[in-house]
Amino acid sequence: MTEIVIPPIDWRVATQLSIIFGWASVLLVIALFVPRSRTRIVGYLAIAGAIVAAAAGIPLWGVNAETFSGMLRLDAYSLTLNWLFLAATVITIVLSLDYLPRQGIERSEYYVLVLFATGGMMLLAQGADLIILFLGLELLSIVLYVLTSFAYPRNASEEAGMKYLLIGAFAGGFVVFGIALLYGATGSMNLRAIGETLAQQALTLEERTYLLAGAALVVVGFGYKVAMAPFHMWAPDVYEGAPTPIAGLLSVGSKAAGFAALLRFLLEALAGEWQIWAPVLAALAIATLAVGNIGALTQRNVKRMLAYSSIGHAGYILFGVIAAGAPGGIAGQRGVESVLLYLIAYTFTNFGAFGVLIALEHRGEAAWDMSDLAGLWRRRPWLAVAMAICMLSLAGVPPTAGFWGKFYVFTAAWLAGMGWITVIGVVIAAIAAFYYLRIVAQMFMAEPAREAPLPMDRALRVGLALATLGVLVLGFIPTPAIDLVQRVVLGVRG
Amino acid sequence: MNSAPLLSITIWLPALGSLAVLASPRENIVALRSVSLGVSLLALATALGAAFLFDPARAGFQLVESVAWVPSWGISYTISVDGISLWLVLLTAFLTPVALVASWGTIERQERAFHALVLLLASGLFGVFTAQDMLLFYIFFEFTLIPTALLIGIWGGAERRSAAIKFFAYTFSGSVFLLLGIIGLYLLHGQSTGVYTFDTATILASLQLGTLRLDAGAERLLFGLFFIGFAVKAPIWPFHTWMTTAHAEAPSSGVVDVIGLLIKIGAYGLIRYNVQLFPATAAWAAPAVGVLAVIGILYAAWIAYQQTDMKRLLAYASVSHLGLIVLGVFALNAQGIAGAVAHMINSALTTGALFLVVGMLAARRGSRELKAFGGLWKVTPWLGSLTLLLALGSIGLPGLNGFVSEFTVLQGSWRSPGLGWRYTLPAILGVVLAAVYLLHMYRTAFMGDTPPELAQAPDVRPRELVLLVILAAPVVVFGLYPNLLFGPMQQSVTQIAQGTLPFLASR
Repeated sequence: MTEIVIPPIDWRVATQLSIIFGWASVLLVIALFVPRSRTRIVGYLAIAGAIVAAAAGIPLWGVNAETFSGMLRLDAYSLTLNWLFLAATVITIVLSLDYLPRQGIERSEYYVLVLFATGGMMLLAQGADLIILFLGLELLSIVLYVLTSFAYPRNASEEAGMKYLLIGAFAGGFVVFGIALLYGATGSMNLRAIGETLAQQALTLEERTYLLAGAALVVVGFGYKVAMAPFHMWAPDVYEGAPTPIAGLLSVGSKAAGFAALLRFLLEALAGEWQIWAPVLAALAIATLAVGNIGALTQRNVKRMLAYSSIGHAGYILFGVIAAGAPGGIAGQRGVESVLLYLIAYTFTNFGAFGVLIALEHRGEAAWDMSDLAGLWRRRPWLAVAMAICMLSLAGVPPTAGFWGKFYVFTAAWLAGMGWITVIGVVIAAIAAFYYLRIVAQMFMAEPAREAPLPMDRALRVGLALATLGVLVLGFIPTPAIDLVQRVVLGVRG
Repeated sequence: MNSAPLLSITIWLPALGSLAVLASPRENIVALRSVSLGVSLLALATALGAAFLFDPARAGFQLVESVAWVPSWGISYTISVDGISLWLVLLTAFLTPVALVASWGTIERQERAFHALVLLLASGLFGVFTAQDMLLFYIFFEFTLIPTALLIGIWGGAERRSAAIKFFAYTFSGSVFLLLGIIGLYLLHGQSTGVYTFDTATILASLQLGTLRLDAGAERLLFGLFFIGFAVKAPIWPFHTWMTTAHAEAPSSGVVDVIGLLIKIGAYGLIRYNVQLFPATAAWAAPAVGVLAVIGILYAAWIAYQQTDMKRLLAYASVSHLGLIVLGVFALNAQGIAGAVAHMINSALTTGALFLVVGMLAARRGSRELKAFGGLWKVTPWLGSLTLLLALGSIGLPGLNGFVSEFTVLQGSWRSPGLGWRYTLPAILGVVLAAVYLLHMYRTAFMGDTPPELAQAPDVRPRELVLLVILAAPVVVFGLYPNLLFGPMQQSVTQIAQGTLPFLASR
């Protein structure tokens, strides 16, 4: 009988994941001993865990390794994304600290679930194997179904959870089936192995058809996750129903994780087929931009508007994804960078916007209509200024973070020889500016229609200030963020 | 060479002042006003200092300050002035304190925010005129939108919200094309020379030395992208509708018109980018742009004559002036461009002053409708005579500033191979029409019978007198001694015009 040899495990690769999953499990137990009146402590502990995990990443910078038979990888790409996810987690929890008790739904599991969601995102960023990607996707999705329906006193929340579950199950099905086809075609689940098989051009026509069909299904599955048209229909309802901090996490963290996995999948496994997937994704990107922005244009409900706008932003990130695959030269590298930079900019901006919505919500009462923002400048000037900065950043007006994201994405797409989609993107950006500006106009130029909202909790203030300052600092001093993303190399070039 | 970064101080001082204003107590209006006025006067002083250090005998950019900003992208914080931008910096520095003083007592609410936004806007404008890095320019260019839109939208008239949104939507839509043009030029330059930079001077040098060769199609595409951005911003007919709405709805005291709308960023961009970077295409496009400009001159002048609201009248007058400026720019010769720059300054001074006069009249009568006025000369002789001086300056009476620049523009367009007398003659008709509408406005408001509501109208108050005299001084000085205006910009203008010479000659 041959001895089973367990290959050595490179724990560096799994450090951050272990911290998050380990701490989440421990917190689950700790939470049992925390009295109901002090649930907040669990939130603080969860934040601490996320910060520790982020700090643990610092010495790992520069590591380029894989472990568990090449299933899990740590490189600058995944590390950058992990930091982004952890930042999103911290902001989500900070915003929730005030929101949950106000809505009467404070429970310690909430914070633990957010940590598990973070773990799922990190798996999606680090997964170098289709199985891990599927695992991450499902973990993230299941946790988010629960979190979406967490505002159970509102029917809309449960409905949103159900809707998300149904759609998510479909998406999961697509991915699994796609993985099966890919495995059938190439005999491997490892992304790089698939890419190498493809590069050798040893596939028969039949196998190649399976491969492309499988890839298409996987892309559809992740397309649901990132709310890419035509797989976006769930987004507005789910965002509207979900507790507002979770809507923020959905629009930022979950989207970023979807893009992380999609990009790695496309670049490591399918780089050789760029000629085929680039035009398809370009068409989808345009459709996404159109659907998202035109949808947002017609909304009076600000939360739904942000949902549609977040669909629209997926379109811009797709520009970067397409550019990232461009063979040779500087274009591909710029593409990867642009995706990351856009995600960073978008994270801060969108959390800022959702944070303002949280500040406006009273217990059990939605304050998402445009008219609720009327004259906010007179009632709560700082809140109005924060929202205005976020709106301008979403519109891409300098000097905000959003401007650099758009600038980067457009440049990358132009470099990749996709000048025509940049033109369309620019035209749509001009249209989109209109509805963002409408909000600014509503806050600054209309007369107040409601009484002043409740005073804000300190945690909420900190969260909002963090997000808004992030937008401004990135806008004025983009160099550190750009330097960070420029160290990231992904795909066959890596 | 220069130890103190005067230009940077000029740019950032108002922005810091704006923060200081926001930090000061809301109730203490006097402190508020003195802080903002003090800051704007300091900025004026530093701008004058920069003008003092500027050597008019040298062409090209002076007082250069350059710091790498995003080195990996070739984006730098590079600011400097040439003869053209120096004048526009001075104009902005001069009009900012004027606008601030003009706002005293006319802004009923949220005065603190108002002052802060005006200062912020001044910072943005200084940045636009000094930035010599394309992306930095774009950032300042876009940034000026925000305070202007807020100033119109918060303190404007009844339709202020839609005017502000229209203003923002129009100009933002135009400028995204500008961004695309900038990215395109940057990438083409990088791909053919290997140097990825947004530095305008470097790109210009590459274009002139031929290390960056654009084929005609690419050059026309880039020219078009830049042109859309600047034409909407300028605005050139038929993109002018945001401008007249914005003027009509801007606070009736005229403050925002003076500082936010009359300073000609778009026309400056046309000179700095379209003409300087793409002379061949500029020569190719000159006849077409000239047609737009002439239509703009005549159309806006005609509409101005039809207006009954004095602010709308001045708004169309300003669009008409812009047609003349653009005509001068696309004459592509030294006279034309020099006349255009001079006209930017003169038009901002005289039209701005007239906007303030309308604000003063509106404050006395509670209306801006022409027919509500009459016979003011008898009641307010001082106001009447100062207004007459300003109106005559705007019309182009010889001896006053408008004449100098209008004449130079017309001369330039006549002598330009691209344009010629076919363009100049209708433009002259536009100048005649300017006399018609302005004198019509003057006659209706100041001559004839005084309506009973105005019988007790007070004459100019000391604050108003100071404002109008300060604005009228350059009207007379530039009119009598035009060399003061043209001297410093001569070298820069000649340099730009020389770039276009080979392409005009080949026509």
